Amino acid sequence: MNSLVNRFSTTGYAAELRKAKEVLGEDDEGSDAMWGSQAGFGTLAKGVPTFSVPAVADPASFLRLHTDDHADPSCRIKIKHGTTTLAFRFQGGVIVAVDSRATAGSYVASGTVKKVIEINPYLLGTMAGGAADCQYWETYLGIQCRMHELRNRERISVAAASKYLSNLVYSYKGMGLSMGTMICGWDKTGPQVFYVDSDGTRLKGDLFSVGSGSTFAYGVLDQGYRWDLTDEEAQELGRRSIYAAGHRDAFSGNTINLYHVKEDGWKFIGNYDVSKMHYDGPNGNDGYGYDLRVAGRSSANPPAPAAADIAVEA
Amino acid sequence: MDVSFAITGKGYVILAADTTAAHSIIKVKLDEDKIKELSPHLLMAYSGEPGDTVQFAEYVERNIRLYQIRNLYPLRPSSAASWIRRSLADSLRSRKPYSVNLLLGGYDTTTHTPHLYWMDYLGTLVDVPFAAHGYGSYFALSLLDRYHDPEAPLEEGLAVLKRCIDEVTKRLVVAQPKYKVKVVDKDGVREVEL
Repeated sequence: MNSLVNRFSTTGYAAELRKAKEVLGEDDEGSDAMWGSQAGFGTLAKGVPTFSVPAVADPASFLRLHTDDHADPSCRIKIKHGTTTLAFRFQGGVIVAVDSRATAGSYVASGTVKKVIEINPYLLGTMAGGAADCQYWETYLGIQCRMHELRNRERISVAAASKYLSNLVYSYKGMGLSMGTMICGWDKTGPQVFYVDSDGTRLKGDLFSVGSGSTFAYGVLDQGYRWDLTDEEAQELGRRSIYAAGHRDAFSGNTINLYHVKEDGWKFIGNYDVSKMHYDGPNGNDGYGYDLRVAGRSSANPPAPAAADIAVEA
Repeated sequence: MDVSFAITGKGYVILAADTTAAHSIIKVKLDEDKIKELSPHLLMAYSGEPGDTVQFAEYVERNIRLYQIRNLYPLRPSSAASWIRRSLADSLRSRKPYSVNLLLGGYDTTTHTPHLYWMDYLGTLVDVPFAAHGYGSYFALSLLDRYHDPEAPLEEGLAVLKRCIDEVTKRLVVAQPKYKVKVVDKDGVREVEL
C-alpha cells in the first residue's frame, strides 16, 4: 500500500526521484528507490525488470502443465533437478562446495555443471533446483551488485545482495521459479552465508546444505564441523561431505567444485572427481571409500588360542 | 516415521530403535519396545505399518522358538535371516502382505562372528556392516560411511550410534529423542543405556 501511495504522490523521496529521472531521461531497470527507506520492498511496486511470460491466462499453471514430469513423464520440458550444495562459515572464511551432476528425471543430463556462480570477486552463489533459474537470476544479481558499487562507491554487503535476490524471487512467487541457493561472501562484517530460496525464505547462518543429497552431506558435515577448523581441515570437510552425497544420492555426483572465500575474495580450490575421491582420495593415496577405510578389518571375535595350542605350533 | 539403526563391531551388534508409537499426529505411547529378542543370540528391530509389525514380529518369534524346542539348538543368524526373508517374500505374494521392515542382528556362536541383516517388506535381504531404516537412514548412512569401524570396541560402537542419534535429532523434523538400544554378543542379548 505504501509503495502504491509513494508511486502516485507528488512529494517525498520516490516522487523526487521520479522527477529527477524524467529530467535526466533515465530509464534503467531496478530503480534507486529499491535501496531506499522502503527496505528493498520498493521493488514490488516498480523496478522489477519486465520478464516475458507465456501469453496465456495463468502462466504458472501453463508452466506446470508442460514441466511436471512426476505427473507426466512424457512432458516436453524437463527441468534439471537434483543436486548437493553446501556452504559453511568458519574461523578462516567461508567454504563453498558443490557437485556437478544435472539430472532431468532419471537421465543424467550433464556431469560438468558449474553450480557455483561467481557473482563478483567477493560473492559466490550456489545453484540448486532449476539450473536456468539460478544461473539467470544470480547473473542478474551480479549486474545489480555492480550497479550498487557504481552508485554508492562501496561494495554491496552479502546481506543486501541476498536480500535483493530474495525480494526478487518473492515477487515471482507462485509462478514456478525453483531455486535453492546460498549467497556467500566477505564484506565489512566478515564472512557471511545466506540461504535464499524461491519460496522467499532468506536465512542467515553458519552452515547450510541444499539439494536432494543435502541430508547425506549434513550427516558428514555436522559431525566434523567446528568453528576453529583450519583452512585445510575445512576444505577437506567440504570435499568429503559432497563426496558422501555423491556416493549415496543418485541425483548427485560426478565431480566436486570447491571454493574458499577469504578477506581478499574467493579462490577456486579445485575440481575433484567423486570416483577418484572414492578410490584414491585428494592426494592419490587416501581414498574416502568405506571398503578402503576398513580393508582387512573384521568384526569376527574368535577366542584367543589356548596357551597349549601355541606351544604345539611352536 | 519410525527410525532404527544397527551397527556391528568387534564381536557384537548394536540395534537401536525409537520408542514412540504414533497415530496420525498423536504420540500414543512413548516407551514402546520395537526390538524383539528372538533367541539367546538374535535380535530383531521392526518398523513399518502399525499392526503388521507386531503381528509379524510375534509370528517370527514363535517360529524361531519352535525350531529351538524341536531341535534343541537355535537357528544360526544367517539361517534365521533366510527363514524370515522367505516368510516376508511369501507374505508379499499373498492377498494381504505384511508391510514390515527389519534389522536382524545376531551373534553366530559357532564362528564367533556378529551378523547384521537389513531386510525390507519386499523381501530384500542384505548382509551389511551397518544399517538404518526410515528417515534416519538419509542422515546416518553417510555418517556411518565416514565413522563406522568393524573392529570398534563396544564403547566406540555406542559412541558412533550416539552420533547417529544426535544427528537425526538435530536435523530431522519428525525426530524421536528416545531410543531403546540392545546389544547382542557372545554373552547373549541385553539392553544398554546410551
